[in-house]
Amino acid sequence: MMTSPRVRRLISNTMMGLCILAVLIALVPLAAILFFVVSRGASSLNWAFFTELPKPVGEPGGGMANAIIGTLIICGLGAMFAIPIGVFSGVYIAEVRESRFGSIVRFAADTLNGVPSIVIGLFVYVLAVMPFKQFTALAGGLALGIMMIPLITRTTEELLRLVPRSLFEGALALGATRGRAVFSVIVPAALPGILTGIMLALARIAGETAPLLFTAFNNHYWSTSLTQPIASLTVQVFTYATSPYDDWHRQAWAGALVLVSIVLLCSILARLATRRLERMHG
Amino acid sequence: MRKSRQATGAGDVWFRIGTGLFALVLVLIVGGIAVVLWRRSSLTIARFGLGFWRGEIWDPVSGEFGAYAFIWGTLYSSFLALAIATPVALGIAIFLSELCPRALRTPLAFLTELLAAIPSIVYGLWGIFVLVPAVRAFQMGLPDSVRHLPVFSGPAIGVNLLSAALVLAMMIVPFTSSVAREVLKAVPPAQREAALALGSTSWEATRVTLYYARSGILGAVILGLGRALGETMAVTMVIGNTPKAAVSIFAPQYTMAAVIANEFAEATTNLHVSALVEIGLLLFAVTLAINILSRLLIWNMARERTVRVPAPIPAGQAG
Repeated sequence: MMTSPRVRRLISNTMMGLCILAVLIALVPLAAILFFVVSRGASSLNWAFFTELPKPVGEPGGGMANAIIGTLIICGLGAMFAIPIGVFSGVYIAEVRESRFGSIVRFAADTLNGVPSIVIGLFVYVLAVMPFKQFTALAGGLALGIMMIPLITRTTEELLRLVPRSLFEGALALGATRGRAVFSVIVPAALPGILTGIMLALARIAGETAPLLFTAFNNHYWSTSLTQPIASLTVQVFTYATSPYDDWHRQAWAGALVLVSIVLLCSILARLATRRLERMHG
Repeated sequence: MRKSRQATGAGDVWFRIGTGLFALVLVLIVGGIAVVLWRRSSLTIARFGLGFWRGEIWDPVSGEFGAYAFIWGTLYSSFLALAIATPVALGIAIFLSELCPRALRTPLAFLTELLAAIPSIVYGLWGIFVLVPAVRAFQMGLPDSVRHLPVFSGPAIGVNLLSAALVLAMMIVPFTSSVAREVLKAVPPAQREAALALGSTSWEATRVTLYYARSGILGAVILGLGRALGETMAVTMVIGNTPKAAVSIFAPQYTMAAVIANEFAEATTNLHVSALVEIGLLLFAVTLAINILSRLLIWNMARERTVRVPAPIPAGQAG
């Protein structure tokens, strides 16, 4: 059964139109979310938000200073834990190519990347909260660190593979061992990209809530102790958003605006940096 | 094996061992998650066995734990989200890889990826204060005859399965579309060019590409499903957290991830902790299965070197 060319063209144009519609449909929520976060967040954001502690229910004002510091501390702890493991695992996968263990590591990294963050929270709770009977900043950092590892591993691997093979071969020809060639030639060449990847990973975990709920928990007071529960922007936004108080809702929107700004800024910077790198490496 | 002989110098061995140890930590973490969750849920596994997944009553106070309602809510919300998100995500992937003018491609791809960068808690906040009232208004605007159907029944409260599915759909669209775009990129251009040379319209040529990429696209969709099943915060905030399986999309329900998030910090009895950990164990197992399956599908497609002849394009099929 032949379909006439006109009908075929009509079908083609309709389908292509639908594809364009799909793009528009996806952009609507992005615009809607950004609009509400910026408009509601900006009207509630003030200096006190960055400098004051949360006020008790009923008292207006107050801020999230402790949560901002808390998020920085937990993310810093996570990065300290994740960067060595992530980077060296990435080097291993990229440079020890003929080993079967390498594909196991890659598979483990992909699996870990897909594990729901709440499950990582459970794991860290059993591992690092239960034995000490205490929610701690350290446990929160561990949870976020575990989430960062696969992201760093995969970017490191990809970027090392972008470095021209001739550099590596040149180093070997000059008598370098593989390790020497990798760490003094390949890794430095890929370093800007790896740093970008780390920043992207940080941006992603800074927005995580679920793994912190029962590891770092929350804290209404000023605390920078690593062995005490600690506040974080995300958990604070969650607490405020699900509370019945208007004033807390305003704070939640302000917190969301700060979070989105951090995350989007990191993503945009990282994106610009990667684009420059890709151009450099052809 | 010349390569492995080359790697036997002392420095090379240390390089392998040194970096290999870090890689081992990564593998141990993944293995550790499985072992730890398994051991911590032994209590409920021993007490309830498989009945745990069929039991419909979840009552921490009296110590009765059945996870059926959570599984139902998780699958229902995820598949509904997938049904909404998949056409949109594929449309985006097709548009960006096949039709989009070069100048628009990068900014559009970037914008859809921004959606993926927004934290889940922000989706949840937006869900509570913007989406939930909208869904409530939508439900109240439905004609009575529709509202009597079982699928649409229930009071208009706004926190319900539909809100959860909509938020989930928004969250998985950028993910699925970026994987699908990678998959479409891996299709040899000759496929498309041959179709065009035979007189195909651009949609027909796209169908050839899609046919070639079908298993990889299925992989992308399944990866999206994996994301939806494990998503926690946004869903927790809009689904209504009611452990009762219902067919209505306007009924408040509950998911596996949400119950862990809500109850774990306050779980006092060992049995309650064990029940929640067992739910986490299932989530982990599902993640693992989905990861394996989607990899096999995507790998299968990218490896396919033989050029298969797709179904005849212009005649018959196109209508």
